[in-house]
Amino acid sequence: MSNRYADRSHVVKLIFIVVGVLFIGRLAMLQLFSSKYRDLAKQQSLRPVTQYPARGFIYDRHGELLVHNEAVYDLMVIPRMVKDLDTNYFCQSLGITRDDFDERMRKARKYSTYSASIFMKQISKEEYARFENKMYRFTGFYISQRTLRIYDRPIAAQVLGYVGEVDKSDIDRDPYYTQGDYIGKSGLEKSYEEILRGVKGKKIMQVDVHNRQVGPYQGGAYDTLPEEGMNLYTSLDADLQQYAEELMGNKRGCVVALEPSTGELLAMVSAPCYDPNLLVGRIRGENYKKLNSDLAKPMLNRALMGQYPPGSIFKVAQSMVALDLGVISPQSGFVCDKSLVGCHNHPSARSVQEAIKMSCNPYFYQVYRRVIQQGKYKSIYKDSQYGLTVWREYMLRFGFGQKLDIDLPKSGMSTGNIPDTAYYNRWYGKERWAFSTIYSNSIGQGEVTVVPIQMANLAAIVANRGYYITPHMVRFYGPDSLRNKEYYTRHETGIDRKYFDIAAAGMYDVVHVAGGTGRRARVDGLDVCGKTGTAENYGNDHSVFIAFAPKDDPKIALAVYVENAQGGGGTWAAPIAGLLIERYLNGEVKRKDVEKMYKEINPCQKLPLTRRVKKKK
Amino acid sequence: MYQERVKIDWLTVGLWAFIMLFGWMNIYAATYGGGETSLFDFSTYHCKQMVWMSAAILMAALILFSEPRFFSNAAYPIYGLVLVLLVVTLFIATVTKGGKSWIDLGPFKLQPSEFAKFATALALSKYMSAIDVEWKNLRTKLVAAVIVLVPMGLVFLQHDTGSALVFLGFVLPLFREGLSGFILVVGLVAVALFVLALLVNKYILIGALVLIALFYLFVWLNKRTAKNYWRTAGVLLCCAVFIFSVDFVFTKVLESHQRERIEVLLGKTEDLRGSGYNVHQSKIAIGSGGFFGKGYLKGTITKADFVPEQHTDFIFCTVGEEWGWLGSSLLVAAFVWLLVRLVNMAERQRSTFSRFYGYSVASILFVHLFVNVGMVLGLVPVIGIPLPFFSYGGSSLLAFTILLFVFIRLDATKNQLY
Repeated sequence: MSNRYADRSHVVKLIFIVVGVLFIGRLAMLQLFSSKYRDLAKQQSLRPVTQYPARGFIYDRHGELLVHNEAVYDLMVIPRMVKDLDTNYFCQSLGITRDDFDERMRKARKYSTYSASIFMKQISKEEYARFENKMYRFTGFYISQRTLRIYDRPIAAQVLGYVGEVDKSDIDRDPYYTQGDYIGKSGLEKSYEEILRGVKGKKIMQVDVHNRQVGPYQGGAYDTLPEEGMNLYTSLDADLQQYAEELMGNKRGCVVALEPSTGELLAMVSAPCYDPNLLVGRIRGENYKKLNSDLAKPMLNRALMGQYPPGSIFKVAQSMVALDLGVISPQSGFVCDKSLVGCHNHPSARSVQEAIKMSCNPYFYQVYRRVIQQGKYKSIYKDSQYGLTVWREYMLRFGFGQKLDIDLPKSGMSTGNIPDTAYYNRWYGKERWAFSTIYSNSIGQGEVTVVPIQMANLAAIVANRGYYITPHMVRFYGPDSLRNKEYYTRHETGIDRKYFDIAAAGMYDVVHVAGGTGRRARVDGLDVCGKTGTAENYGNDHSVFIAFAPKDDPKIALAVYVENAQGGGGTWAAPIAGLLIERYLNGEVKRKDVEKMYKEINPCQKLPLTRRVKKKK
Repeated sequence: MYQERVKIDWLTVGLWAFIMLFGWMNIYAATYGGGETSLFDFSTYHCKQMVWMSAAILMAALILFSEPRFFSNAAYPIYGLVLVLLVVTLFIATVTKGGKSWIDLGPFKLQPSEFAKFATALALSKYMSAIDVEWKNLRTKLVAAVIVLVPMGLVFLQHDTGSALVFLGFVLPLFREGLSGFILVVGLVAVALFVLALLVNKYILIGALVLIALFYLFVWLNKRTAKNYWRTAGVLLCCAVFIFSVDFVFTKVLESHQRERIEVLLGKTEDLRGSGYNVHQSKIAIGSGGFFGKGYLKGTITKADFVPEQHTDFIFCTVGEEWGWLGSSLLVAAFVWLLVRLVNMAERQRSTFSRFYGYSVASILFVHLFVNVGMVLGLVPVIGIPLPFFSYGGSSLLAFTILLFVFIRLDATKNQLY
C-alpha cells in the first residue's frame, strides 16, 4: 500500500540535501577560493576619478600674477562601456569627422578597453557648456576637469617654462605620475614641479551599468582630497622683463639682470622670445614642433644654455686675479704694443683703472702673462702649468667654469669653459704648451667660454666688491612664504675689496669718461659702471656688455649679449644695458628716440646711428 | 464526530516568514539607489512588495482559519478554473519580456501560471488519494500524466518555459507513490547524454558507450543470457538515437536564446555582453561578496544595476554580494531545511491526499530553488523563474504562500482523512 514506498522519502530528502550542499560548495568556489570575481567587481563598478589639484600660480616681485590657470575639460572614454552610440550625432556635437572619431576610438581601445583614456583633450569651457547636456546620451564617455596655464603677459617664456604631458621616463622615474598627467617640462615649471603641482586627490565613484556615477564609494571613505599646488613668488620684475624682451626683439642674444645684494634675478631674456601661451592647450603640439625646428632656437634659454667667448668683459676678472696675486699693482702700466695682440687706437694705459676703461688688449696680454708665468719654475712649461692651475682656481671662485646653482633646471645648462692643464695637455701634450700658446684667454677669447648668467654674476661680484650670492628666480613659495635657504650664502672670491673698488672705478670710467668704450650706456643722473666686450667668432662679432648701477650701493647688475651684431660691445649691448638700467632705476625711459631705435633695428643692419647719437649728446 | 485539535507547525511558518522578510530586505537593497528613499513610496519595488507581503500574510491567516476539507473538495473546480484562466491568458495576455503569461488587471498584473502549480498539486493529490486508484494501473498513470501535462502544455504555450519545467517536479511525489525510480535514472542519463553530445564528438561518445556496454556484459555480469544481450543492445540503440537527435532538438526545437544560454553554460561560447551577460554579472556580484559580504546596502554591483532582473529572478546575487558566503549559505540551508521539513511533515499525514500534496509542495519549491539558484550560480542555463517567497513579485509570493499554507493547514489536523 501507500506506505510500501515510505523509505523513498529518504531518497527525496537526500536529493534536496545534495543540491543544497552542491550550492553551498559552488558558492564557496565563487566567493572564497577565487579572487577573479572580486577584481572584476572592483574594476567595473568603481571608477577612480583623479582629482587634479590646481597648479600653483607664479607671481613677479611686485605681486603681479604671471601664470595662472583656466579650467578645461578632457573628454574621457571607456571603450568597453560605449554602447548604443549615435556616432553621427556624437561627431556633430564634438565637431569632429567620422574618420577622426574612428581613429580616436582605435587609439583608446589600443590603450585599454577597460580603463579610461582621453578621447579628446582640453575642451574649452564654452565648448563644454554646449556639450554637457548631451552627455547622458553618450554612454561610456565622461568629463574630467583639468586646468591649463594662462599667461596674461606674453613674457619670460623660457624662464617660466611650459607644462606638458608626462612621458614614459617621467612615469618610470616617479610613480606619482600616470599617463595623461601634466608635468613641468622646462623652466620654473620644471624646477619647482613638486611645489607647483600639489598632490593629486582621488575620488572613488561608483558607476552603474550605464556608466552613470551613482555616488561616492562607501560614502567617500577612500577618497583623498587634492592638495593645491603652492604659489611661487619670483624675483622677476615683469616690467623690466617685458622691456628687455622688447629691446631684444628681432635680435638674437640674451639679457640677465639681477639684484647684486641678494642674487635675485630681475630679468632673464633669451631672444628670440616666444609667447608662452603658444605652448598651452591643444595648439601646443603644433607650435612646439614649429618652435623646436626654428633655427633661431627660441626654446633655448641662452642665458643658461648658451656659452660664448666673453670677450673683453673678462679683463675685469683677469685684473682682479693679477692684483690679488700681486703680479701687478694698481699702478702698473703697460705699453699698448699691438705686435703682441691687436688693439684699437688709444693712449697706453698707466693703471689698471685706465686699462679697464680703454680695454687695452696688449695690457691684459701682459697681465695674463704674469699670472700664467709667475717664474716659480725654470721651465716655462711647468711654470705655465702652475700658473694656469692657480688662475683656474680664481676663475672658479668667480662662478666661471661650472653650473651656477640657480633654481632653474640643471639639464641643458652650460658650464662654460675654464680650461685646466689636462685640457691643454690633451690638445698639445704634457709640457708642450706655455703662455704663448694660450694667451688669447687674456682678452676673453681662445678656449675660454662663459655662460651669460656667469657674465651677469661677474657684474654682481664687482658690484658687491668681491662676492656673489647664487642668482635665483624664486624668493619664496607657498602660503607660509617658505624661502630657498640656500640662496643666502655669500660666495667669496677671496680677493680684497680695494681691488674691486679699482675695477668699479674703471667700469665707471668706461661709461662716463672720454675714451671709455661703453659711453652709450650712459644715463643722465645715474652712476652706471660697465664693461664692453666684443667677442670674435665665426660670424659677425658678438656684442657684450656687463654693467651695474649705481656705482655705490648697486641695485642692479646685468649682462647683455647680442649675437652677431655689427659693431662691438659699445655699439649694441651697452646702450641696451643703459636703457634697462634707466628703466629699472628711474621707472621710465626718457630717451624715447634711443629706445625706439634699439627696439626696431636689427643688428645685422649697418647702424646709421653713430652720428645721430652723438648729435643728441 | 471527533474533532482533532488544530496544531500548526510553527517551525515551517517561521522558515516561511524568515525567507520572506530576508527576501524583502534584499529587494530593498537591490533597488536601493543610495539616496534617501521613502519606505512608503508606492512606486518602489520594496514598497509594492510590502503590500504583497501583507496580502500574503492575510491569505496565510485566512487559510489557517479555513476548513481544510474545502481544499480537498474544491480541488477539481479550482483546477478547472485555473485551466480556463490559462487558456484565457493565451488570448488576452499582454506580452511581457517575451512571454504571454500576464493578465493585466489594472493596478496589478496576475500571472495565472503561478497558481497553476497549486491547482495541479491539489488536483493530482485528489486523484491519487481516490480509493480505487492504484499506481500500478496504466489508467492511473495516464490520468496522472494528463493532469500534469495539460496545464504544463498551456504554460509552455505562453512561452513561459521556466514555469512549464516546474511541472516536472511532480515526478517526485509520484515517485513517492510508486513511480519507478528508473525514470529518475533515465532522466539523469538523458541530461548527461544531452550535455555530452553537445560537448564531445558523437562517434567517440557512442564508442565510449559501447565500451561501457561490453564491460557490463563481459566483466560485470556473471550470467550472460540472451535476454541480457538484447536488453543491453536495446539500451545502446536508444542512447545512440538519442545522441543523434540532440542536434535536431538543439537546433530546431529550442529557440535561439535558449540555445545560446545552454552554449554559454557549457562554455562553448563566451558572450559576456550578450546571453552570457546576466550570469557573468551575477557571478561577479556573488564572487565579490567574499566570506562576510560587503554589508547590507553596500553592494557595489547590486547598487549599480549591473545585474538585470536583480529584484526578481537574480535576487540571489544580492544576497551573495552583500551577505557573502555566510549569508547565502544560510539562505540555502533555510530552504533545504524547509524542504526536508515538508517531506517529514508529509510522511506523518494520515491521508494520501495530504501526503501527496505535501510532497508536491516540497517538489515545486525544490525545482524553483534548484533552477533559480543554479542559474544564478551558473550551474543551470538561464531559465527565468522566481525564488519562492524571496523574489519580487505579487503573483508568485501569493501563489507560493497559498501552496504552502494549504499544506500547513492540512498538517494542522493531520489525522483527519480528506
